[in-house]
Amino acid sequence: MKIKTLLAGTGIALALATGAFAQDPTKVGFIYVGPVGDGGWTYEHDQARLAVEAEFSDAVETFYVESVPEGPDAERVITQMALQGADLIFTTSFGFMDATVNVAERFPDVKFEHATGYKTADNVSAYNARFYEGRAIQGHIAGQMTESNIIGYIGSYPIPEVIQGINSAFLHAREVNPDVEFRIIWAYTWFDPAKEAEAASVLIEQGADVILQHTDSTAPQAAAQAAGNVITFGQASDMAEFAPFPRVSSIIDDWAPYYIERTQAVIDGTWESSNVWHGIPEGMVGIGEITDAVPAEIKASAEVMIEAIRAGEYHPFTGPINYQDGSVWLEEGDVADDETLLGMNFFVEGLAGDIPQ
Amino acid sequence: MDLSSINPILLLASLMVAATPILLAAIGELVVERAGVLNLGVEGMMITGAVCGFIVAISTGSPWLGFAGAALGGALLALIFGVLTQVLLSNQVATGLALTLFGLGLAALLGQGYVGIKAPPVAKFPIPLLSDLPVIGPVLFRHDPIVYLGITIIAATSAFLRYSRAGLILRAVGENHEAAHALGYHVIRVRLLAIMFGGACAGLGGAYLGLVRVPQWTEGVTAGAGWIALAIVVFASWRPWRLLLGAYLFGGVTVLQLNLQAAGVALPVSYLSMAPYLATILVLVMMRSGRAPGSLGQSFHASR
Repeated sequence: MKIKTLLAGTGIALALATGAFAQDPTKVGFIYVGPVGDGGWTYEHDQARLAVEAEFSDAVETFYVESVPEGPDAERVITQMALQGADLIFTTSFGFMDATVNVAERFPDVKFEHATGYKTADNVSAYNARFYEGRAIQGHIAGQMTESNIIGYIGSYPIPEVIQGINSAFLHAREVNPDVEFRIIWAYTWFDPAKEAEAASVLIEQGADVILQHTDSTAPQAAAQAAGNVITFGQASDMAEFAPFPRVSSIIDDWAPYYIERTQAVIDGTWESSNVWHGIPEGMVGIGEITDAVPAEIKASAEVMIEAIRAGEYHPFTGPINYQDGSVWLEEGDVADDETLLGMNFFVEGLAGDIPQ
Repeated sequence: MDLSSINPILLLASLMVAATPILLAAIGELVVERAGVLNLGVEGMMITGAVCGFIVAISTGSPWLGFAGAALGGALLALIFGVLTQVLLSNQVATGLALTLFGLGLAALLGQGYVGIKAPPVAKFPIPLLSDLPVIGPVLFRHDPIVYLGITIIAATSAFLRYSRAGLILRAVGENHEAAHALGYHVIRVRLLAIMFGGACAGLGGAYLGLVRVPQWTEGVTAGAGWIALAIVVFASWRPWRLLLGAYLFGGVTVLQLNLQAAGVALPVSYLSMAPYLATILVLVMMRSGRAPGSLGQSFHASR
């Protein structure tokens, strides 16, 4: 009798204990396209993951897989992560979009968050940052800083996000310098330091004295530094180790507030599929310190532009803007709508060359 | 389209630089394969060399010690492969692939604390007098010493294989290890030495990427260069001077492709990227002399 009572008592105590204290932590998984040590894109996502851990401590458990190739392999990795019991999975590259949607169909109870894509489902949210707002600042500074009037641009893949960046930077460079021209190299990779360095060197050899990059490593910064008279901008991360020169400013992606908010929503059971596109006003896009290598008046006017965007008074794609062939895209004072921007597959007037298909 | 913006002199000069890492890795692999061993771990040895070189260069402040450390690191990793395949007779293909995976992981681990640090600069070393020649000077004689070292290694390897007794023994071991053994040569020892040479060269190639081309440590810095090196060995049909040609072809296509893009030529990038591989297949089909060493990839044990 006694033992039975004791056992029963223990059982109840245990049940209480598990119910009250040892609640299973919420598991949050991250899929990265590059290594966490890339010093750029993936590094910032991982910083945000660490911020989630710091915010929730024991209530949340995070794990990640890095250097996942975009393509069929991604689907396998995401499936594996869902099978491991993840409650929320962030897939942090454009090329993971279809894989994410496919896996999400098979795991209706798991919540998915896909970065920089456009497809959503009941359990798939999309989130993106308005990098083109930062590109406007870069173009504004670059157009005034260049002496050769040639700006080199290392693109990754010809997708809307990258094309927005090129158009935005170009429009704002032309605005302050009508003679400026862009040389664009498509690297067809998000992360390949050797190729990125090569691309930067080629652009510098062809006379570029500003290098803008939409790839994830710091290799172009190093190439510019070696050349000596070329300026760059940090991409995705501050890349402050190259400041104050060649890196004169940067676009910083700050994912942490969003990741914390979404994780909280999963814990509270209030998570709903959404599609957000945040920029400078919400703090998802930050502009790194403009260094003293930039003359004070250029810095001041760039800061005015940042504030105008932050206050919602200025949209980088405000007409008049023409298509590359000279036909009208936006009339005077018109502002581009998000749908057009998200599907942007054309260059604006003044840019040379075609977008590879 | 504005082809005039491409400066042919700068194009050729950067071609030599772009080709150097794959050239170094490929010449090492060539010697290994001429000794009858197929080491598919070039990528792993390159990246391990890159990280070892970087760590040594940072801690000593000397890029040259860095290169020495890279060669040592690559050779040590290769020695693991050597012991496994030559002494323990494991399958060379599987072990080589495993070495690549192991090397990538090891390099990522070793490089943990070195992300974002800048490497000590490697100075250019223009050769006196020769570098002042028009056209040829800037193309050939205004590089860093490692570019020259790469070409020197090619020349030395070619001479070694062709004219020296040791080179003859190495080729004998690669062509028919049983015959070489019957003649009293120590097959395993020759192969181990060749494997370590291959590892050292791959390490140098990796360090060239990490200390000169990119000058910083980032995970995955080699990004497939080791596989290209393997392709070049086949392209060169196991001959050193053809290997130089192959490396310039592969390196040249990379640079040319970027140059054409920057100049606004609307040529699909994928065609140019495919070109060297197509050339490799063509060479394999057309060149009769392109025969692999007879004992390539086979394990040797004296009792058989």
